[in-house]
Amino acid sequence: MGNIDNEGFINGCSAIGAGLAVIAGIGPGVGQGIAAGYGASAVGRNPGAKGDIMSTMILGQAVAETTGLYGLVVALLLMFVKPFK
Amino acid sequence: MTNGVAIGLPMVRPEVDFYIHQLYPINFFGTTVYITTTHVCTFIVLLSIAILAICARRSVLKTKDNPSKFATGVEFAISVLINFVDGTMGKAGKKYTNYIGTLFVFVLFSNISGLFGLRPPTADFGTTFTIALVSFVMIQYAAIRYQKWGYLKGMFEPIFLFFPINVISEFATPISLSLRLFGNVMAGTVMMALYYGMLPWLFQLGIPSALHVYFDLFSGAIQTYVFCMLTMTFVAQKREVEG
Repeated sequence: MGNIDNEGFINGCSAIGAGLAVIAGIGPGVGQGIAAGYGASAVGRNPGAKGDIMSTMILGQAVAETTGLYGLVVALLLMFVKPFK
Repeated sequence: MTNGVAIGLPMVRPEVDFYIHQLYPINFFGTTVYITTTHVCTFIVLLSIAILAICARRSVLKTKDNPSKFATGVEFAISVLINFVDGTMGKAGKKYTNYIGTLFVFVLFSNISGLFGLRPPTADFGTTFTIALVSFVMIQYAAIRYQKWGYLKGMFEPIFLFFPINVISEFATPISLSLRLFGNVMAGTVMMALYYGMLPWLFQLGIPSALHVYFDLFSGAIQTYVFCMLTMTFVAQKREVEG
C-alpha cells in the first residue's frame, strides 16, 4: 500500500468501471422477465397459438437484450482492450 | 500463439484463453497484417458448409422415387426456410430467400463451431460487422429503390430539424445488429474460457456439456434467428412505400 504505480491504478479503475458497466444487465433481466410473464399468460389464454407467441417473445427478448450487451461490450473493452494508457 | 494477441495485453492468467491469436504475418502494402484464428476458423466453417452442400445436392439429384432420409431432411429444411422468409416478408420474400438462407447457415454454423473446439468466427467483431454491413447495404438499396424520393423526404419528417437524428438512426442499424450477435457469442466464449481455465479438473467432468448446450447451441441458434429476422423486418419495412 501507499505507492501504487500509474499502470496499476489505471488497471484497478478499469476493473471497477467494468464492474459498474455490467450493472446494465439489470434492465434486460427485468424486461425479459416481463416479456416471458406476458408470454406465459398469453399461452394460458390461447394455447393454440403457442408457436407464434414463442417466436414473437424470443425476438422481443433478444432485442431487449441488446442494451445489456452494450454494457458487456464496454466492460470487455475496459478489461482487455484497455483504451486508457 | 507466440506473437502475442490481437487485442490488448493479457491481464488475466495465461491459462484463460479467449483471444484472437495472430498466426502468420503478411506484408500488405507496407503494413503488417496477420492471418488470425478467425480466418482459420472461418475457412473450416466454410469448408464444412461446402461439403454439406455438395452432399445435399448429390443426394437430392439422385432421388428418383423414394428419397433417402438425408434428402428428405434437406427438402424439409428448404421448405422451412421458404416458409420462414415468406411468412415474414410476404410476396417479396422470394427474392431474398437466397440471401437469408446463406446468412442463416453461415451464422448458425459459426455459432455452433464453438462446440467443436474452434473459436467462433462470429466472436470477432470484424466478421459480424461485415455481415451487418451487407445487410445495411441491402436495406438502403431497398429503401432507395422502392421509396425513391419519398425516402429522402422521410428523412426530414416530422420537421427538418430531425434530419441528423434520422440519419444517425439509419447508421445505428448495422452497429446494433452486429454488436448484438458479437456480444452474445463473445459472452459465451469468455464464459467457457473462464470455466475451463479457472476451475480444477473435478468440475470439468460433464458440467461443461450443459454450458455448451446453452451458450453454443441455444444462444447461437436464437441469435441466428434474431439476426435473420431483423434483417428481413428492416428490408420489408423499407419496401413499403410510404404515403
